[in-house]
Amino acid sequence: MMKEAQLRDMIARVRGGSLSRRAFIQRVGALGLAAPLAGQLLSWHGVSMAAPAPEPLPANAQRGGPLRLLSWQGPTLLNPHFAIGSKDQEASRVFYEPLAGWDPEGRLLPILAAEVPSVENGSVSPDATSVTWKLKPNVKWHDGHPFTADDVVFNWQYASDPSTATITIGSYKDAHVEKVDDLTVRVSFDKSTPFWADAFVGVIGLIIPKHLFEQYKGPKSREAPGNLKPVGTGPYRFVEFRPGDVLKAERNPDYHMPGRPYFDTLEIKGGGDAVSAARAVLQTGEYDYAWNMLVEDTLLKRMEISGQGTLEIIYGGNIEFIQLNPTDPRKEVDGERSSIKTAHPLFSDPAVRQAMSMLIDRKSIQKYIYGRLGRPVRNFINAPERFVSHNIPIEYSLDKANAILDKAGWKRGADGVREKDGKRLTLLFQTSINAPRQKTQAVIKQACREAGIEIELKSINASVYFSADLANPESNTKFYADMQMYTQSMTEPDPQKFLTQFVSWEVASKANGWQGRNVLRWRNEKFDALFNEASREIDPVRRAAIYIEMNDLVVGGNNLQPLLHRAAVSARNNKITPFLSGWDNSLWRLPDWYRTA
Amino acid sequence: MASYLLRRLLAALPSLLAISLILFTVLALAPGDPFGELAQNPVIPPEVRAALRAQFGLDDPLLVRYFHWLGAMVQGDWGFSFANRVNVDALILQRLPTTLYVVGSAQVLALMVALPVGILAAIRPYSIFDQIANTFAFVGFSLPTFFTGLLLIMVFSIRLDWLPFVYRSDLSSTGFMWMWEQLKQSIMPIAVLGLFQAASYTRYVRSAMLDVVGMDYVTTARAKGLRERTVVIGHAARNAMIPVVTLVALQMPHVFGGAIVTEEIFRVPGIGSLLINSILASDTPVVMAITFVFACLVILFNLIADLLYGFLDPRISFH
Repeated sequence: MMKEAQLRDMIARVRGGSLSRRAFIQRVGALGLAAPLAGQLLSWHGVSMAAPAPEPLPANAQRGGPLRLLSWQGPTLLNPHFAIGSKDQEASRVFYEPLAGWDPEGRLLPILAAEVPSVENGSVSPDATSVTWKLKPNVKWHDGHPFTADDVVFNWQYASDPSTATITIGSYKDAHVEKVDDLTVRVSFDKSTPFWADAFVGVIGLIIPKHLFEQYKGPKSREAPGNLKPVGTGPYRFVEFRPGDVLKAERNPDYHMPGRPYFDTLEIKGGGDAVSAARAVLQTGEYDYAWNMLVEDTLLKRMEISGQGTLEIIYGGNIEFIQLNPTDPRKEVDGERSSIKTAHPLFSDPAVRQAMSMLIDRKSIQKYIYGRLGRPVRNFINAPERFVSHNIPIEYSLDKANAILDKAGWKRGADGVREKDGKRLTLLFQTSINAPRQKTQAVIKQACREAGIEIELKSINASVYFSADLANPESNTKFYADMQMYTQSMTEPDPQKFLTQFVSWEVASKANGWQGRNVLRWRNEKFDALFNEASREIDPVRRAAIYIEMNDLVVGGNNLQPLLHRAAVSARNNKITPFLSGWDNSLWRLPDWYRTA
Repeated sequence: MASYLLRRLLAALPSLLAISLILFTVLALAPGDPFGELAQNPVIPPEVRAALRAQFGLDDPLLVRYFHWLGAMVQGDWGFSFANRVNVDALILQRLPTTLYVVGSAQVLALMVALPVGILAAIRPYSIFDQIANTFAFVGFSLPTFFTGLLLIMVFSIRLDWLPFVYRSDLSSTGFMWMWEQLKQSIMPIAVLGLFQAASYTRYVRSAMLDVVGMDYVTTARAKGLRERTVVIGHAARNAMIPVVTLVALQMPHVFGGAIVTEEIFRVPGIGSLLINSILASDTPVVMAITFVFACLVILFNLIADLLYGFLDPRISFH
């Protein structure tokens, strides 16, 4: 395999010093791999994946005072194992911490761990079946109890128990965790797991205290008082929580990083909408930082002019794409439409799919609709912003699309819409109600009309479109349309689970209550084989090469049209210095945030 | 009177049962799934969602769920929120004081504006004052709160920087400073809500007053030589108040229900914003509790309005 050889060569050059770490991640990103995976590749070959230690506080920084955060989707619960959306994960991160966090370049920064495990220091077994974490000594829970290996083991028991019904179960159920001594735990796996930095790391790795949750493991989990009154190891201690409204915390004087954190109090206010949240930070300065600025870029630019604050644009794993249905959404078979027993009358012609890929003007959509909030992409898996490939062609050409359709025998009818064998090129294109999406739909419709394709647009309320109940015919998982557009988020740095959305046994259908992950209904034997191969593969380089091939297969088939790599956008006051990462929570380095005079 | 009250209260029971059944069915049939987000995330295995649905009793048949809910409600258990994982009553009680304060003050403000303006406008119909009052009432009535709210924010928060536009239920200051800050942050939401309400009240008060000022008993009262003040307040206004009382009484449940739009604009953590967020999150126990309590209050205030008629007009008696 060419790509595997290329990867090995690049890794050798990083070790030899002729290629920088950053350049390596950039190139691997161009091949379609996320930064944390690239970091893992290097660590496997003796290049440390530990992030550099945080810098000391600059001279003009101020200590004390409040830190006021605004989350318009207010946090509703504070147990990280139940935190469904990022609003709850961020709020939990104020109090709870993982063993290590992911930095923007996909390296690990030890937080409750004393050091980052690696093959060289002997804490990761050479066959990747176990990893030993050394815990930081003298860490205390907010109530004074010491933090020990027992807590770590308990979190594994708690999260992996199906009756507790945690959101984090996927990262814990295939691991076994044992206590070696009070400050050492060993995580072992049944099979080789090159991507071992999953359990206890990053967003899903936050650790809750055994002594307060022990009685509430299993079906009683929802009764735990700690779900709403967290006692953690984090930089701030709990003061008050009103679900959906306000969360208040105060400085933890016994925090395990001496001298930190730098604020006396912390507050997360919820409610309202994104536009007024942007206003409260960028225009009036009532708040210091606000998450998730789902606001049009032109409006944000106008607010930034007042000089109070700026935007923070971070790229993680969010990708907006268009799906071209390979099955027929109009024919009902055994009580379901879009069944894989049917084939789409128009998209089964590869020429139509190829023409479609050239009629999506990704660059204009980015430039005129999303602005700084997205980057046009052709890959399904994308690395951070600065690592996005410029080698992969994004092609928009009306002439070529017309030529392809002409050649395939689609002839224009009297009204300008193409036909072939009595089938008109008329398509139904659905998405959720969201201003940029409706504009994108209009841009694509316009281009298609010029190429002789008629598009009917449909937009559905987001809470209906993304709901999973069986009776709802308009959900994205039922896909009763020819095309649809939405965003998927790769929440984990490793793509294995994320790619289940293209394997044939996960096709969403009536039989599995439309719960299958493969909403696109795309099936490819080679992809399935590669997926299985990747899950067994020990050598991370070989595994990475397989992922790149899988990415090319999906995108090359043209049923999936990646559109934009969407940024996580937040607003901050000019005097606040946050430390953000696209692969972890925004608050992953909360103890280091400071204000300058 | 007592037997009338008892009869009305007994008659309310079947309506409440019917309302609760309809609400429950509509909510159960509405699209949306509290754990839908889990189904979209490839990292979370489907068993987690299944376990959560079982834990919250979502897989039982509709009628079983309804009787579970009804049984619990009768015993004072309002249910358990899917999204917040707390008891619904705790959630509502946390939001109630803010809503009572903001929406209640707005109602008081509305009445304080509407009663004098409406009465004065009606006793001198088509005068300059009446024309101005009518125009303002019309404009106020036509401008939706989301518009006036944003307008006030643009002027007083962004241009002038006088008032904060994020309402905080947790002001840390005490004593006089607390009162000052509380006043500053509540002026805009109360004004937006109160003036909107005042506009519609004014039109009602004016037309109700106009109906009575020409009546013979008002002329008689004047002919007796009573002071104009007594005539207007004691004779005309008192009789004119009957339709206004109905209107105000039917508005009272909103003091509990909150004002969805205004609360969202100013981030007032009241019942209205809780309701809309629960609807968006398909958090049915919370939606059910709020709407049901709202229905109870509508029935209760209807009854109170009926009783008030008797006080305002002794000719109305209860049988």
